[in-house]
Amino acid sequence: MTTTIIRTTTKILAPLILVFGSYIILHGHLTPGGGFQGGAVFASGLALLIVANNKEKVKELFDKVPLTQLESLGALGFLGIGALGLMGYTFLKNVIANSGLLFGAPTPKGINPGYLNTGGTLSYLNIFVGTKVLAGLTSIVLIFFLILRREKDEW
Amino acid sequence: MNGSIFVNLPFIVVAVLLALGFYTIGFKRNLIKVVIGIEILEGAVNMFIVALGYVKGGYAPIYTQAPPEAAGKMVLPTPQALTLTSIVIGVAVTALMLAFAVNIYKHYGTLDVTKIRRLRG
Amino acid sequence: MMEHLPALMIAIPLFGAFTAPLFKKHYKEVSIWAIIITGITVVLSLLLAKEVVTGGIMVYVFGADKPTLVLPSGYSVPIRIMFEVDAMSAFMAISATLMSFIGAIYSYSHVERETGLEKYYALLMLLEVGILGMVLTGDLFNLFVFLEIAGIAGSALVGFRNYRGEASEAGIKYLIVSAVASLMVLFAVGILYGQYGNLNLAYIAKNVSFNMVDMVAFGLLFTSFAMKCGAVPMHYWVPDAYTEVPAGINPPLLVATYASLYALFRVSFTLFANVVIDLARVGWIMSILGVLTMFIGVTMALVQKDVKRLMSYHAISQTGYMLLGVGVGLTVLHDPSKLAEFGRDAMAGGVFHIINHIIYKSLLLMTAGALFYATGTRNLNEMGGLARKMPITTISFMIGAAAISGLPPFNGFASKLLIYETSYRLNPLLTVFAMVTSVLTLASFVKVFASAFLGPPLEKFENTREVPKPMIIAMVILAALCILFGLFPNLVLDKLVYPAVDALINSAQYHSWGGLA
Repeated sequence: MTTTIIRTTTKILAPLILVFGSYIILHGHLTPGGGFQGGAVFASGLALLIVANNKEKVKELFDKVPLTQLESLGALGFLGIGALGLMGYTFLKNVIANSGLLFGAPTPKGINPGYLNTGGTLSYLNIFVGTKVLAGLTSIVLIFFLILRREKDEW
Repeated sequence: MNGSIFVNLPFIVVAVLLALGFYTIGFKRNLIKVVIGIEILEGAVNMFIVALGYVKGGYAPIYTQAPPEAAGKMVLPTPQALTLTSIVIGVAVTALMLAFAVNIYKHYGTLDVTKIRRLRG
Repeated sequence: MMEHLPALMIAIPLFGAFTAPLFKKHYKEVSIWAIIITGITVVLSLLLAKEVVTGGIMVYVFGADKPTLVLPSGYSVPIRIMFEVDAMSAFMAISATLMSFIGAIYSYSHVERETGLEKYYALLMLLEVGILGMVLTGDLFNLFVFLEIAGIAGSALVGFRNYRGEASEAGIKYLIVSAVASLMVLFAVGILYGQYGNLNLAYIAKNVSFNMVDMVAFGLLFTSFAMKCGAVPMHYWVPDAYTEVPAGINPPLLVATYASLYALFRVSFTLFANVVIDLARVGWIMSILGVLTMFIGVTMALVQKDVKRLMSYHAISQTGYMLLGVGVGLTVLHDPSKLAEFGRDAMAGGVFHIINHIIYKSLLLMTAGALFYATGTRNLNEMGGLARKMPITTISFMIGAAAISGLPPFNGFASKLLIYETSYRLNPLLTVFAMVTSVLTLASFVKVFASAFLGPPLEKFENTREVPKPMIIAMVILAALCILFGLFPNLVLDKLVYPAVDALINSAQYHSWGGLA
């Protein structure tokens, strides 16, 4: 059940929460955070959106977003990045660090002000795990919402 | 005597939480309270693992914009990674248990642990 | 490619499990996909067993430059997660992959009337990943993570038929027991990490001493793994879980229970090896636990009316045979003359019984599933006279019942004879209990056979026919394996069981990572 306070607050707060969740996912190799934590914050932003709208709008919004496919995409991306190391080294070896690709700049040692471009396979794994976690947690909240929101004489 | 209480305080709290968790699982009659008891137990074990990694006078194990005297004295980072994995597993177990509890309420009409016993013998 | 085998055995079922939810509503295609993926894993596990039995322990370090780089330059302790495969692990891996393959074939037609099947096959492959991870790993925390994966996937499958309230009740009971046992395992792993600073099994085994804190950790690990495999004071979840699960999942769920038994053996023989050699008391505890489990299981099975519940009480009682066999071996571990005389054969009997029991118990539970598919009920008082309508099911049931009671020439006889002979040398009273249990087992299966299959056919079963082909193929494969292992037991004993037993007894090879460091 939604009230005016929740609806107004959601209009202001929800984009901020989603951006903050993405920041935590992307900066996982520099500051505390990473895949699971950022995905959980993002999913709580989506849960706020679910609470603030009524049932028909939620159904129409989430019919356009393919949550199951996003989840499988995140998991298969994780396995694919791990299998990159199978040619020559072992499974899940960090083959992108100190090469020239995206997220592959050389890492300075010791105390440094934090460069986003470093990190190697860790950054890719963070992004894929974040996608999977946000899809999974949002599916759980959505299914509980759709089950428990029946009328009183429908059990 | 003062020093040893403060150093051992996390472990005393772990023992108290373990006792509370086992009491809730064993002696409460509502199914949701049993689920909460398992969550208390999981919180106690997570706290035990994090408290193992303490180094006296240590800083957080992050190199990004750390103060210069933190270079050699950092807290152990491995227990923090173990605890994170355990929290994720706890989320999955809790979600599955609550889904089972919703289904049980739909079929039995009650959440009393002593009455959900159709399988017996 | 051969050196990457341990990683491939986890990666390929995981890939299958992640792509299965994409097949929405195409139920035949996802069944065929599951059969293909589990079939590929069976071939990989046979290759792995051949490598390990001929070439020694195989080590795979994740994330290093080469798969065998245990100590990188400049380090004196191992720092990465590694898989360490010896002969006992390869033995359990073969049974895990074979049973998942048979479960997938049987499920092609057993659950075809249900909905939501893409999640069923994803969970089946996740359960297989959990079991394989538990038996192949060489790292304590990795053992905990895969134990939890197997527990969650197993309990989600127990509650799969959610139009029955009893399935959710059995599911939540299994999940509560599994969660509490795993949390106690994590507590013990935390204690060991705080003492020694490292999580590698071989490294801790080299440095373990025997002070008070380590005894607490050993006690917690022993109790939690015994709780998860259905030993007697904590066996209440087994009948509920095995009754409500769909019959195609019974083989992998059985192997998940015996993977906890494998973890119990790994902790007693390898992790605390330097300590347990002087401690014959642990072996006595295991043997007494085995005898109690045998007896209580079979006496509770005599009074059941539900056919699957009766078979799951027999599963508890047969676990007691394995505990008895290996317990006898553990008791005489410190005495080399007695060990060579009867200890090694006792352990071989216990370990051989694991794979025999998995084969004939899966066969019996699948025939019970076939009865449920054809008649729609599991109550023995309502069935009767089905022998003429379902001939192949009847013959498979007879083979399975003869095997579980220990009649020659089936495979139950081979392993039970080893256990009888060797436990007699330790203490004759144990053998008496084992033989009485065998007789009572035969009695209860004669009762099931008479009420379900013999007698005149009832009119309400006028048009039941034989079950569809995939279920028949799965049952016939297992019945053929029963007869094969019974007539030629030396095939399995020399190639798989004795190398596994030797790997458990001489743990020096495991402690030095197969000679690498």
